[in-house]
Amino acid sequence: MEMFGKRRVAVIGAGMTLFRRNLKETGKELCWEAAKMALDQAGLELKDIEAVVMGTAPDAFDGVHMKGEYLADGAGARKKPYMRVFVGGGTGVFTPIAGWWHVASGMFDTCLVVAEEKMSSCFPHPAYAFHTIFDPIMARPLGVTLIWIFALEMHRYMHVHGIKKEQIARVAVKNKQNALDHPCAQLPQKITVEDVLNSEVLCWPVQRLDISPTSDGAAVAVLAAEHVAKQLTDNPVWIDGVGWCIDSTYWTNRDLYYPKYVECAARMAYKMAGIKNPPKEIDVAEVYDPFDYKELHHMEGLMLCRKGEAPRLTEEGVTQRDGDLPINPSGGLLGVGNPIAAAGMMKVCEIFWQLRGEAGKRQVKKDARTGLAQAWGDLMQYGSVIIMRS
Amino acid sequence: MSEKIKEYPGHRIKTADLRAGLVPLIRYKPEAKFAFSAGAAMSRFLEELKNGRILASVCKKCGRIMVPPRTFCEICFKPVDDYTYVKDTGKINTYSVSFIAADASRVKEPTIVAVIELDGASPGMGILHKIGEIDWKEVKFGMRVKAVWKPPEQREGAITDIKYFKPLKEGEE
Repeated sequence: MEMFGKRRVAVIGAGMTLFRRNLKETGKELCWEAAKMALDQAGLELKDIEAVVMGTAPDAFDGVHMKGEYLADGAGARKKPYMRVFVGGGTGVFTPIAGWWHVASGMFDTCLVVAEEKMSSCFPHPAYAFHTIFDPIMARPLGVTLIWIFALEMHRYMHVHGIKKEQIARVAVKNKQNALDHPCAQLPQKITVEDVLNSEVLCWPVQRLDISPTSDGAAVAVLAAEHVAKQLTDNPVWIDGVGWCIDSTYWTNRDLYYPKYVECAARMAYKMAGIKNPPKEIDVAEVYDPFDYKELHHMEGLMLCRKGEAPRLTEEGVTQRDGDLPINPSGGLLGVGNPIAAAGMMKVCEIFWQLRGEAGKRQVKKDARTGLAQAWGDLMQYGSVIIMRS
Repeated sequence: MSEKIKEYPGHRIKTADLRAGLVPLIRYKPEAKFAFSAGAAMSRFLEELKNGRILASVCKKCGRIMVPPRTFCEICFKPVDDYTYVKDTGKINTYSVSFIAADASRVKEPTIVAVIELDGASPGMGILHKIGEIDWKEVKFGMRVKAVWKPPEQREGAITDIKYFKPLKEGEE
């Protein structure tokens, strides 16, 4: 196996809070709760942690500028090397990637990786906090919103492959159903395809039940170098591949039907992990699903199936927990909730628990040895991918 | 969620408490105002909108005619070679029908938004704009559209100098 990093890095503990709209806890408190849980599971104390990486999305959600500094105490960063990373919605999976290079480089033996989001602080709706991400000359004067641009992408994807809304709705049904077994889930629900199709139209073809909710929450992992991990646990989960990539910000100049940048990030991670045939070698995947169509879009970008093939696999039950290629057994962002950075990190935690066989009712049926987590963000242009093995 | 962990932290605020104002709410309007530099290419683009023309830039290395125009080609990473005009007609690459405003509040009359590939630009070179003079149920992929401009005296050098794009009938240019 080709090893790019100097040292092998393991996840040895993970923790998370409930995902809810309007949690009483502050962002700092959420970080602390999840960090304490992850440290307890790793059998470490804060003094054993050599560096901290924080991942959190726009400052405008919490309404606190320089959020990294605001959250530092809760993340256990006092008097430690500390940095915040931010790549939009891709942050949640990029944060453990940044933690990985802290340890793989040989600079640190342990690293605490913390992801937080508190979206419900922003009134009347956090959607408005996104206004300033758009180009001030070309886009903002038109009154652009975030859902507009995702609806444009979803519609283009449906048009190119001739995909029906009924097929896409199955993702929402599956993920909300999976979330019934997740103790932190915000929107676990038993719904039908008809419920999705009958839900309020927000921005055609996006309807109410196609979208993940506004959430607060935190998720944390403890990373350790190989020699430390082997002392602390018999079940380390190795980070064997990482990849990240951004495409042009001129999003109206790209064909939105396919996320090429996700493919680039995946190729980088697969190469590092020595994976030649992703659908055969990946046992379980947590792909980014803030909208139901994104799960399908990302399965294709990750080369877990051919272009346009993801809806059929979903219909055939291949992506269910007991299927050949379980996708989002946690319940995903659609079911567990979407506190942006914490949601991506939740996916990494889920793969950790799945590969350790600790996922309880959510455990996938097949013997899962290799897992993948992926997040997506910025102006439909950023992909972050991590490959883990037990 | 590991099955080894029995309880997960977090307490939800009751909706009644939120409504009763028991949660500290800071209303704050930032005094920060921004004057955005449009840059050399986009300043010309905005000036030309006043004349009812759409400016594009040309990179002779990759051969692309780019809208919106830019001073450098992000692929070849060199200055663009020239500027040209593209037509104010094109076709719908993708579209959406929005029933919400920017703050997620609901609107009565939906807005049709689209990525429009302009004639004369390289294939796939689109801009974001609105579609008008058509019922939203009638909009189609690949539909030919044309810009509807504000009257010259009302133009101010903004993307909104084009009010929207309207469908072209067969044979119309």
